[in-house]
Amino acid sequence: MEGVTLSQLLQVLVNGLAVGCIYGLIALGFVLVYKATEMVNFAQGDLMMLGAFVAVTLIGDVGLPWVLGLFMSVLALAVFGYLLDAFVLRRVLGEPQFAVVMLTIGLGFIFRAVAGLVWGYDPRSFPTPYTGKSLRVGEVVVSYENLTILLGTLVLCVVLFLFFRYTRLGIGMQATSQNQLAAYYVGIPVKRVFSLVWAISAGVAAVAGILLAPVSLVQPGMGFIGIKAFAAAVIGGFGSIPGALLGGWIIGVSEQFAGVYLPAGFQEMAAYGILILALILRPEGLFAQIQRKKV
Amino acid sequence: MRFLFKTHYNQDIDHLKHGGDRFWYGLLLVLVAAAPAALGTFYLGELNLVMIYAIAGVGLMLLVGYTGQVSLGHAAFLAIGAYTHSLLLGAGLPFLLSIAAAVLVTALVGAGVGWIALRMTGIYLAIATLAFAMLTEQTISRAEWLTGGFRGLAVPQASLFGIPLTQGWQHYYVTLALLVVTLLAALNILRSSTGRALVAIRDSEISAESVGINVAVYKTLAFALSAGITGLAGALFAHRLGYLSPDAFTFLISLQLLLMVVVGGVGSMRGVIFGALFIGFLPQLLAIARDTLPAQIAQAPGLEPGIFGLILVLVILFEPQGIFGRWLKIKSYFQMFPLYRRATHRRQKTYLRTERLR
Repeated sequence: MEGVTLSQLLQVLVNGLAVGCIYGLIALGFVLVYKATEMVNFAQGDLMMLGAFVAVTLIGDVGLPWVLGLFMSVLALAVFGYLLDAFVLRRVLGEPQFAVVMLTIGLGFIFRAVAGLVWGYDPRSFPTPYTGKSLRVGEVVVSYENLTILLGTLVLCVVLFLFFRYTRLGIGMQATSQNQLAAYYVGIPVKRVFSLVWAISAGVAAVAGILLAPVSLVQPGMGFIGIKAFAAAVIGGFGSIPGALLGGWIIGVSEQFAGVYLPAGFQEMAAYGILILALILRPEGLFAQIQRKKV
Repeated sequence: MRFLFKTHYNQDIDHLKHGGDRFWYGLLLVLVAAAPAALGTFYLGELNLVMIYAIAGVGLMLLVGYTGQVSLGHAAFLAIGAYTHSLLLGAGLPFLLSIAAAVLVTALVGAGVGWIALRMTGIYLAIATLAFAMLTEQTISRAEWLTGGFRGLAVPQASLFGIPLTQGWQHYYVTLALLVVTLLAALNILRSSTGRALVAIRDSEISAESVGINVAVYKTLAFALSAGITGLAGALFAHRLGYLSPDAFTFLISLQLLLMVVVGGVGSMRGVIFGALFIGFLPQLLAIARDTLPAQIAQAPGLEPGIFGLILVLVILFEPQGIFGRWLKIKSYFQMFPLYRRATHRRQKTYLRTERLR
């Protein structure tokens, strides 16, 4: 193809990585919950939407400073996630997977309706201190919004990694995800750990929402992006944290490239096409978590 | 309590076990057959829609309730059935032949999806079917030369044995006949060895495999059957819509079908009918309820999906067996009066049932 230059390729790549980070962050939320509790949370995208709305309210309407508002909204969502598990999801623990899927789909619908009632259906923009600024590296232009997405994802992942590696609670969570019964026997408060995992997952969703809000408008339907994040999680193996991020990047980058270099329509189809291909070729994901049991 | 005196082995697989069943189902059939005489055009149309939902629900129930394979993409099969039927009808095929062809095409697509889905289970399968539905929706909206894309596709007028189907009651009887045929076919499949194989796969794939059931064949078959029946519903749905466009077959429709199966009661064909009645008449109930609610809440545009979600959550938390399960409990309360015990119907929880080891 003529007219395709290296800088253009790099530009598309950077945009794709930024979008992919958002997918990756939502996928990270799925994976955290799935690893610990084996529940699949179809409402993760809607939790992200709630996070974005809370941030818009706190920063845009109440007028809190940006950093404080951000911190408060993540905290609010984390508390919400904790309560959600403690009061609703714990009841379906041990039920078939199908029940959990339907329950979380129903919760997503409720969140969307409530957000519509409270905040209305008009899309809202999210003011940030860095809106409109951009960084030039050679011929590649990186907007500050995309830069914060990339950096924010990186920081969050490092924090999560350190948390799971070095803190007592993080190690307890790992133990719980490997074997609930054994974890219970050695004195880990499994129920509370589950709720805390949900809290972390909701907090991660809030971060994703806050990072996404400046580049897309905030509206009740923005949670549908979660379906693409599913693709990311599945490609990554649905149980692997680096896998989720990698899956997000694969989806994000290929979507951007399809949008620029392929006919219209392929951009929307790219995520699902790759997902189906990945499921056919490696049904257990890039970073497999399923082992075959011998009977 | 009723005690059956069995004199023949075939009594074990009778659809209608005793005189009471025969009486009530006969009465039901007479009532639905007489409905056009008693109901107005609007409610007849709604009842027609309920029966179309019920046909699609039978398809989905075969897959979800009896084979244990979750599908989040049945709207795609509905769409394929609807488009195939309209296109063939437009090309001049007779009504019945066109419907049969739509069922066949949808079943073949379903077999393809089932074959691809063989290696997946549980959540991976659900997501793969979701992706398939999204791809189908995109393909339909992009393939403008065939489907008209978002401009839409007018559904041609159908005629049966030379009589044009223009009246509501004519469509009603066609749908009713097809629903009865579908239900009987599904029930007969379920009491045959095929049906027992499907249930065995649902209960444990490993044990089904060990007793010699070819899991791959039966799973693909289940997908094909389910898709074919849903395609039939799609063909009828096309006449109901009158004008096809891709946004009539979104993810929300898939969810509505699943909601029907769950609310009605997973694992029973009677549940399908309850579920279809429920999702068919809920919008009407909501419309009536809106008049009594304060205007601010009543006029909110997203209220209906929110109520759907709320009902779904409540059903899963408090009555996982759905409406049919509740009906069974009420029935056994009166049958065993005054000896009914709640514990009879207590669910067994299975902790430590991991999907990561398989």
